[in-house]
Amino acid sequence: MLSGATIEVNNLTKRYGDVEALRGVSFAVNEGEVFGLLGPNGAGKTSTVEILEGLRTPDSGSVSVCGLDPQSSGAEFKYAIGAALQATALPDKMRVEEALDLFGSFYPRHRSTKDLLKRFGLEDKRSAFYAKLSGGQKQRLALAMALVNDPQVVFLDEPTAGLDPQVRHEVYGIIEELKKDKKTVLITTHYIEEAERICDRVAIVDHGKVIALGTPRELKQRSGAVTRISVRLAKPETNGALSSLEGVAECRTEADDYLLYSTRVPRTIVALVKHLEEQNNELVSLEISAPSLEDIFLELTGRRLRD
Amino acid sequence: MRLAMRNRAFFFFSLIMPLAFLFGYAGLFRRFGGEAMLFVLPMVLALTVMGTFWGLSVQLVTFREQGILRRFRVTPVGASAMLGSSLISNYFLTLPTIVIEFYISRSLFHMAGLGNLLSVFILVTIGIVTFASLGLIVASVTNTMQETQIINQIIWFVFLFISGATIPFPMLPRMVQKVAVYLPATYLVSGLQRAMIERTNLSQLGAYLASLIGCALIAFIISAQLFRWEPEAKVPRQAKLWAVAAIIPFLLLGVWENFNGDLQKHAMNNLQTIREPYTLERIEH
Repeated sequence: MLSGATIEVNNLTKRYGDVEALRGVSFAVNEGEVFGLLGPNGAGKTSTVEILEGLRTPDSGSVSVCGLDPQSSGAEFKYAIGAALQATALPDKMRVEEALDLFGSFYPRHRSTKDLLKRFGLEDKRSAFYAKLSGGQKQRLALAMALVNDPQVVFLDEPTAGLDPQVRHEVYGIIEELKKDKKTVLITTHYIEEAERICDRVAIVDHGKVIALGTPRELKQRSGAVTRISVRLAKPETNGALSSLEGVAECRTEADDYLLYSTRVPRTIVALVKHLEEQNNELVSLEISAPSLEDIFLELTGRRLRD
Repeated sequence: MRLAMRNRAFFFFSLIMPLAFLFGYAGLFRRFGGEAMLFVLPMVLALTVMGTFWGLSVQLVTFREQGILRRFRVTPVGASAMLGSSLISNYFLTLPTIVIEFYISRSLFHMAGLGNLLSVFILVTIGIVTFASLGLIVASVTNTMQETQIINQIIWFVFLFISGATIPFPMLPRMVQKVAVYLPATYLVSGLQRAMIERTNLSQLGAYLASLIGCALIAFIISAQLFRWEPEAKVPRQAKLWAVAAIIPFLLLGVWENFNGDLQKHAMNNLQTIREPYTLERIEH
């Protein structure tokens, strides 16, 4: 209450029948941040967001958005937020501009339909029926509807799921603009690149718990600052030989590659080259990849994020 | 809030208008026409008014199942605004049908006179609100589309056949009549017939109006309380009992009727008028 965070989540638990969807989720989001909840399907992201939006009640724990409780604050809370749900459904025969007009009319202050149509590239679809829109257009409409009341806090549940890369790009552009307007945005996603790219801070969620929290950079560094070097050699080497190279923390094999996890990349490379010369071996290919959130996830849970 | 209601009405117009139209016509042409129109039209009017019972509940349940209502839940729109706007839009959709029915009765079937138009109008208005609200209660209380359909069908048949809307009241067996006076539909039909044939004015229809209004209010309030946005939210047992509370005004009226037999008398008289004008016309020619 005193911390001044725009969104506060404290120890949420929620179960649906036998399934424990949330087992103590806590985090806070500051004003103007773009915050991501990253995790595989079923991790509890949507449940958390829906509790924040006031659509569900937690079994225990508390949330507050702009100092208000979603369940009990009534209209004041609803004026302050905008949301794009995971699956938005509208009546088939509703026209795009009607939808925007209608939802706009629910609020004392709202943006003009014209502006919204323009900003989301829906101008030439303004009279189209909802059922006739493509997936990308429906998603854009959902976003426009989320912003119709110019809310302070915006919740986007899997905003780019199933979209073409180009449309995805546009959505990121819109989120960047929201940031410039000092809006607080909470996104859920299971796309790592998305979280890395647009979020200021990310909470990695798995099985109803937050297993890591920080800026993408912090999180990557936390993995022991290892960079992965994938090498392919002409002749096989023993793992033992490679892992004793300078700077190498760990060595693994994957198919034809040797994966060297190094904390001191330049030295490792030099040492590798020397070693190969001595062994009369040759380097077929070499690839260096900075650790990604995927690696972090793998490290923390032993599973891949993408399944 | 007003804005919200108007917007919905606008949108419904472009969709459901044809359906409402169809219903009115179907009811009309099933009738054996002729000079008996004054008796028959009220039955058709009652049918049209009661038709609102269906439309609203199905629409609401469909929207809920499709997840459309959910999106509305995030907005400041409350349950009563949603229900209210559905009612209002339904009303404006049904009115043209009523007018057309009147017009056709007059021009095509040479209905004699127009009855007490004010009474008719008020009865129709309140009737629409009442029956639409009853439909809304069903929608709020049922869980799936199937359940809604089934319950609707049952209630519908009861209204249809026992109230006098299809089979004239005096022609019903005595036992059935006794049950019929407990139904709102019966009063709608009877009220409309009296308005048209006897040209009763509003004050005489007081009891009917009061119970219809009472029922509408109760139904509205109950359905607002029970309103569900999500298809998964289940309805507690007691809620279903609450729904029945809407019938209370009519229970009272029914008891009174059974002692007084007022409705019976009027219905009988009105039925007679079918035969009389017929013979009169004959003589004139």
